[in-house]
Amino acid sequence: MTGNVDRGTPPDRAAGDVAPDDTDPYGIALAGVADGDGRVFTASGGDWDDIAEAASSLGEERIVVNMGPQHPSTHGVLRLILELDGETVTEARCGIGYLHTGIEKNMEYRTWTQGVTFCTRMDYLTPLFQEAVYCLGVEKLLGITGDIPERASVIRVMMMELNRVASHLVALATGGMEIGALTVMTVGFRERERVLKLFELITGLRMNHAYIRPGGLAQDIPPGALDSIRDALAPLGEGIADIEKLANENPLVKARLVDVGYLDLAGCMALGVTGPVLRSTGLPHDLRKSEPYCGYETYDFEVCTWDTADAYGRMRIRINEMYESLRIVEQCLDRLQELGPAPVMIGDKKIAWPAQLAIGSDGIGNSLDHIRQIMGTSMEALIHHFKLVTEGFRVPAGQVYTAVESARGELGVHLVSDGGTRPYRAHFRDPSFVNLQAMAAMSEGGQVADVIVAVASLDPVMGGVDR
Amino acid sequence: MSDELPTPDEASPDRAGSGLPATLAAEAEIVDVRTGMFGTHGSGDTSGYGGLVRTVAMPAPSERPYGGDFDLVADRLAAALVVQGVADAGAVEKVVVDRGEITFYVRRNDLPAVARALRDDPDLRFEQCSGVSGVHYPQDTGRELHALYHFLSVTHGRRVRVEVTAPDADPHIPSIVAVYPMADWHERETWDFFGIQFDGHPALTRIEMPDDWPGHPQRKDYPLGGIPVEYKGATVPPPDTRRSYS
Repeated sequence: MTGNVDRGTPPDRAAGDVAPDDTDPYGIALAGVADGDGRVFTASGGDWDDIAEAASSLGEERIVVNMGPQHPSTHGVLRLILELDGETVTEARCGIGYLHTGIEKNMEYRTWTQGVTFCTRMDYLTPLFQEAVYCLGVEKLLGITGDIPERASVIRVMMMELNRVASHLVALATGGMEIGALTVMTVGFRERERVLKLFELITGLRMNHAYIRPGGLAQDIPPGALDSIRDALAPLGEGIADIEKLANENPLVKARLVDVGYLDLAGCMALGVTGPVLRSTGLPHDLRKSEPYCGYETYDFEVCTWDTADAYGRMRIRINEMYESLRIVEQCLDRLQELGPAPVMIGDKKIAWPAQLAIGSDGIGNSLDHIRQIMGTSMEALIHHFKLVTEGFRVPAGQVYTAVESARGELGVHLVSDGGTRPYRAHFRDPSFVNLQAMAAMSEGGQVADVIVAVASLDPVMGGVDR
Repeated sequence: MSDELPTPDEASPDRAGSGLPATLAAEAEIVDVRTGMFGTHGSGDTSGYGGLVRTVAMPAPSERPYGGDFDLVADRLAAALVVQGVADAGAVEKVVVDRGEITFYVRRNDLPAVARALRDDPDLRFEQCSGVSGVHYPQDTGRELHALYHFLSVTHGRRVRVEVTAPDADPHIPSIVAVYPMADWHERETWDFFGIQFDGHPALTRIEMPDDWPGHPQRKDYPLGGIPVEYKGATVPPPDTRRSYS
């Protein structure tokens, strides 16, 4: 970080005045590079031979390698630009943006409810966290946080914790695959399949659920789902134990992970890193405990930490967190059993649709009961349904920032409303985006092979990074 | 509707509209003026309420006490700013407490000092910057571009928001990367999407869009784009040309 001014005072420019070159805002940084470490080669107006000769004087071994964006070990379309001296990484930078889809911009042109359909697609491994944080934000803007039915909150917690298990399993599976531990990969994806089956049973989809909606849920869990979830918990726990047996004390895994991707507490704080990476430094920072939402303060679970601040610690934290998540899911199941049938959507007719969505008996389209209730039983319901679907509800002007503890760290949403039926601005603070900045600090000075381990321990998902 | 009622309906969620008392509404930042019943544009309003005019205002500046820890934070911030060498009280232009969150509107030149004060003061200790977000208010003349910084104190379990504005004609805001290295990518993102230039940023380049992309996509004057889609004989127009109720 060269050339940072402590109290940057931008020169006052008159409106429309073109900035002259000497006030170039990047001039300071460029000057810092020129008299700093590296030599700058200008490729204009010169001879390529001169440049090649000057570059060759720096040594034959120093090369810049472009890893990705289509490299299987870089977790999706992540591009790593590595400057190598032999096998040692001297400088590492990320190139991102290959999966940018303009989700935030698109949300400004849809109703508040339709926003769920967009934000669930950002980080494709943690769709339910995005839905939850967005809906919590909208509910805070509406001032209805306290009115969400308890059954809806319990199901939200249950779905989020199942999602945490699924996401951590993929993190371990892909991380294992990248270091050659293919059995960890097959076990991880096998176990994740159990969670995806539950998601399919409950929401109808394996991903992109749009299940959590502002005010509650799109629909209640189907009959028999509680038993299906309970039946899946024991095999899930055994599967996680399989991964533990394969990885925890495996000398090959330890040789690749221990002391690799080191980032201490000060580094994590400065770079804004959260989630398992931050907890691997020993700090038990978890938003579920420090800023509880959806009633997390009433659940019994531990915040998992480790004290090595390396990739191995993060792996162990992810494994331990899955057990804690299963504990929370069990508590959710007990509560749902106790609560019995109860509404899963807020009672306010200006926000909730007049009937819960239900699929027809043939599995296609809306159920006849659903349509009969809307179209046939009440003129008011018909009007409200029409207004809420076409127009959407209005949200009072203002702005909020809400955050949840996603599988990767603090997932925040900054929502601005101008009093209309659409978000004026929705900005997601995606944990992958922030954590990925730590890649350089973790990898520089290490081996090329360790970059892969460091990136895997950060567990970035490019859908969330690029949005 | 409650037009006839002499007092605004407190329970109504539509606080943004006529629900605000006249004095507060005058101080608050008016973001939009809406006419008619449904907020549609372009097509006639046949509801009979076409003459309705409502102003939409953001939450008004708050008076002390702010409530909770917010008074302590505001006091400590003022004291810490003096330590940082910002003596005059104008650095914090206004304070808004809304929905349990506090927002400090900061004069843009003083942003690095405010960030340093938030990070270094032992009673504040905002160790983490949670993110930078931009918002474009084209109608807010002279303050079109807003940059919002969210800070988290793990020690004290608090959050604050700092809002800084810049005019479209001079879109410069000092960078806080020197104080919070985390802001690096977020400032690049805000430059990319809104065209705010963060002075002193070590490498302010585009991050999501290609390097040669023209314009800044999340500004309100940048069109969404899209083409009409034909489906089962009907044509669905692109989202930004559909009827809007906002």
